[in-house]
Amino acid sequence: MTKITFIEHDGTAHTVEAVNGLTVMETAIRNMVPGIDADCGGACACATCHVYVDEAWNGKTGERSSMEQSMLDFASDVEATSRLSCQIKVTEALDGLVVRLPEQQG
Amino acid sequence: MSTKAGTVIIGAGQAGLSCAAELRRRKYEGPVTLIGAEPALPYQRPPLSKAYLAGELPVERLWLKPEAFYPASDITCLTNARVTAIDREARQVVLADGARLAFENCVIATGGEARIPPIPGANLPGVDVLRTFAEADHLSAALEGAKSLAVIGAGYIGLEVAASARKRGLEVVVLEAAERPMARTASPILGGWFGAVHRGYGVDLRVSTPVAAILDKGGKAAGVRLADGEEIPTDTILLAAGLALNTGLAEAAGLECADGIIVDMACRTSDGDIYACGDVARFSSALYGRSVRLESVQNAIEQGKAVAAAILGEDVAYDPVPWFWSDQYELKLQIAGLIDGADMAVRRGDPEMGNFAVFHLKDSRIIACEAVNAAPEYMAAQKLIRSGKTVDPDALRNLDVAMRELLA
Repeated sequence: MTKITFIEHDGTAHTVEAVNGLTVMETAIRNMVPGIDADCGGACACATCHVYVDEAWNGKTGERSSMEQSMLDFASDVEATSRLSCQIKVTEALDGLVVRLPEQQG
Repeated sequence: MSTKAGTVIIGAGQAGLSCAAELRRRKYEGPVTLIGAEPALPYQRPPLSKAYLAGELPVERLWLKPEAFYPASDITCLTNARVTAIDREARQVVLADGARLAFENCVIATGGEARIPPIPGANLPGVDVLRTFAEADHLSAALEGAKSLAVIGAGYIGLEVAASARKRGLEVVVLEAAERPMARTASPILGGWFGAVHRGYGVDLRVSTPVAAILDKGGKAAGVRLADGEEIPTDTILLAAGLALNTGLAEAAGLECADGIIVDMACRTSDGDIYACGDVARFSSALYGRSVRLESVQNAIEQGKAVAAAILGEDVAYDPVPWFWSDQYELKLQIAGLIDGADMAVRRGDPEMGNFAVFHLKDSRIIACEAVNAAPEYMAAQKLIRSGKTVDPDALRNLDVAMRELLA
């Protein structure tokens, strides 16, 4: 099991057990973490599962794909650490991962 | 706001669930009951014709919410429950087992079922359709061990299934009565291009080819007979002929319907306490200046949310920029807006390279964009459709001009 912490925009933290092989987005949905909409269900088609990866984890969550990059280019409040959480696969190497949620999705 | 009757939502698909979840997110205090006719809790339909059918997505990844969500959110989700009537006089929804659920507000999110076209033999065993989870499992089982598949209808479902079946190694023939694939929703440029892609992957795609009958071999479907008399034997057959709307309850209740349940800007039917959302709802789009009905996940989610806001007394004017996506092979098609009414099409990028977009303009404003592996074009188009900004077609087709510059 891998632990992931989601921090809502208002500071509320949710530390949950993630199943390896699922995505960070699915982990949030399964654990009822508010603030991740994931309208398209993980098809990288909607940019409503936007998260900020904690600085300490930058680089460990992989690179943005070109599709993801393009979606983020036009999303709101994008920063250098922004990722679409449907594109980050949970592995043991991510045990302890911290991601922050934006004020709004889309 | 708290009342005993609360909100009863008929239909536990993406729209119904979205409405229920949004009611709770907005702190609605009344009871919320979500009534689903299917055995499963709310699930994602899009993967049924894509990753799920291709065997790439296990069933537990289809659920829209975990089981614990419903009690945790105080949403009663009934499964295997069929509504037989909306009793407007009594303000009650009537279930097949005779139970009656009182409502203060009722939401009709009944969507539709796979349409069965009037082709002789369409009801034979061995003819599959695809709308529900159970139907996807049935189709998947039929494809297991089969060598060939005939798909009747080259819309999104038909083509996505064709692509998934090719991934599984089947011979696939797709038969379309119209003169191009995706004729109802996509432009000729895009439809023609997708047709060529499918042929490149070995699909025998035939347009302008009506099917006259399903071949009957000992009481079981065994292929198709075309209008010109040619017979194509196949192991499996999928009817992919669009959606038959579930408007029966609304019609029987005397609510105004015309290819969908007519709703106003706040998603109210002709009865002000009864709302409709999702595939089944027809609303007036201010953006497009006409009545529209959208069969898409986006519309299900957003209109479901709009209904929740309206129930809570917010001033709602539902008017989305429609968006839609389709995955076929390695291609991601994203469509923003509606194409009908355009007076000009502008292509950006080279289809030969596998990533390009077609913009549809009316009076120099973008009203729709079809993007193939071209997310910047798609994302920018969403914003430009909403803003109504005029664009220079030459800049639009010039790849040296970044899409971001066109937004400025």
